[in-house]
Amino acid sequence: MSKTSKKVPAVKNRKSFGVYMKRYWQLYLLLFLPMLYLIIFKYVPMVYIQIAFKKYSIVQSVWEMPLAAQHGFEYFIKAFKNKDFLNALRNTLVLNLLDLVVGFPAPIIFALILNELVFTRFKRVVQTIAYMPHFLSWVIIYSLALQMFAPSNGLVNMVLQNMGLEAVHFLDKPGNWIVSYILIGVWQNFGWGSIVYLAAIAGINPELYEAASVDGAGRFKKMWHITLPGIRSTIVVLLIMNLGNILGSGFDRPFAFQNNMVMNVANVISTFVYTNGIKSLQFSLTTAVGLFQSVICVIFLLLANWISRRLGERGIW
Amino acid sequence: MIKSKSAKAGDWIFVLICIVVAVICLLPMVNLLVKSISSTDALVKHEVYLWPKGLNFDAYTTVLGDAKYIRAFFWTVFLTIICTIVSLVMTTLCAYPLIFEDLKGRSVFNIIITITMFFNAGTIPNYLLMKSLNLLSNPLVLIVPSCLSVFNMIILRSFFYGIPDSLRESAEIDGATYIKILCSIYIPLSKPVFATLALFYAVGRWNGYSDALMYMKEKDYYPLQLLLYNIINNINSVEVATQEGFSTPGLTESLKAAIVMFSTVPILCIYPWLQKYFIHGVTVGAVKE
Repeated sequence: MSKTSKKVPAVKNRKSFGVYMKRYWQLYLLLFLPMLYLIIFKYVPMVYIQIAFKKYSIVQSVWEMPLAAQHGFEYFIKAFKNKDFLNALRNTLVLNLLDLVVGFPAPIIFALILNELVFTRFKRVVQTIAYMPHFLSWVIIYSLALQMFAPSNGLVNMVLQNMGLEAVHFLDKPGNWIVSYILIGVWQNFGWGSIVYLAAIAGINPELYEAASVDGAGRFKKMWHITLPGIRSTIVVLLIMNLGNILGSGFDRPFAFQNNMVMNVANVISTFVYTNGIKSLQFSLTTAVGLFQSVICVIFLLLANWISRRLGERGIW
Repeated sequence: MIKSKSAKAGDWIFVLICIVVAVICLLPMVNLLVKSISSTDALVKHEVYLWPKGLNFDAYTTVLGDAKYIRAFFWTVFLTIICTIVSLVMTTLCAYPLIFEDLKGRSVFNIIITITMFFNAGTIPNYLLMKSLNLLSNPLVLIVPSCLSVFNMIILRSFFYGIPDSLRESAEIDGATYIKILCSIYIPLSKPVFATLALFYAVGRWNGYSDALMYMKEKDYYPLQLLLYNIINNINSVEVATQEGFSTPGLTESLKAAIVMFSTVPILCIYPWLQKYFIHGVTVGAVKE
């Protein structure tokens, strides 16, 4: 590869710059739009973060707004005195932790099961079906859930009632709602999540399995001693990403699943910000909450990466 | 894999597990389909399980005859196509220059990109930006703010890295410009990954509703999913009932089912054909070589 710019002597610097640009200007032209996009839509919003420390006013520009009380930390203090926010914070942590505990192993287990299938065509059909839920929007998934679990006319409850049992309120009692929310999340993601693990399993040296068979290892011994160690680094990387996101919260899933009966357990930070910010216009408070969340997320991600390096695994970057 | 000998008893257990899993995946869809083509009467009497009763297609006729749904459907199709094309162009524009290792400022560009992956300004700053750009309730707000996904860009870039440098160098010697090399070598060789990214972008747009919920106040521009959200949560249910003229819960039930089918089927028809491509795309994104 030619490194034109470095090889020419300093005296010809201007000329070499001309030569360099003549060669590369097109690449800068191509990058112009994406960079413009990133700066406008990812960096300019950061200017508005200062609203978290200021008294929001609709008539002033962001720079002119007066600093909030308590050296600008008024809204952070208010947030941590706000019952709804503390509730949303707790719900975010609880739902994410449950997602991690229940949802994280599911794709791994499914990949291990698929790997044991000897019928190739059957395996492909099962895979296609298992990927399907990933392509449904959360609104559709919620309406599917309603059709299945509605107390009076949901399929499951109709069967339960026919068996002489009480109808179960899957989606409108707080405790049941959490279980449904988590399990439906597993339903949506186990197939899609397994793709990565299947690829990692495909990369394991087949000779290892042959050697183990010669030594008389059974199916589960091979699974435990060859397959699982073979995909360990993939598991760790994905676990780190998930841990880094422990305080993150998507919006689409919780918002689609919320209903008035379960707000106490279903309101998470992202939906709190939406209802209190965009709906009720408390911009300073919700910006402070959002900033708190973003900062914690970055810290968690860096921490998780550092831990994984200490454990001797590769980090995510 | 080693060619399998005859299937053992253990193999059948795994087959059984997989059948159960597949049934669990399909059951809600089957239930929905059955409800959408059953008669109101049977639905009200709770007689419909997994086989349609009083087979009729009234719900579909109603949906297809209602300008509101048809309009939302075609608007969403249009939006999805435009978004996918714009996003693919933006992704290519971003990924291609970054594979040139001697491009000056490459590390600066990489830093600009990486920071956006870890730090997000947040919902309210984004909302205020749309407001100050006068994008609120402008149809462009559903296209422009989400037109480049850094994760997808990384997938494309690592695919581009896999294309041998020698191809590029020989074209350079022949005097081809970089844009020409992109169009004549890189894009034709990357069809599989473009198929994957197109699917990701299209699914994202088709299924997304939060941006419309936050930024779009104009009902005419609601994408299908947001319309569906409002219907399911009975927002403006009075309006819906009077407009459509239904009061019987059964028909609304099958109507809801039909609308959900209507807004799901396009994606479900497409993804199986792209399976072998997106498997590759997902793997590139998550497993570093």
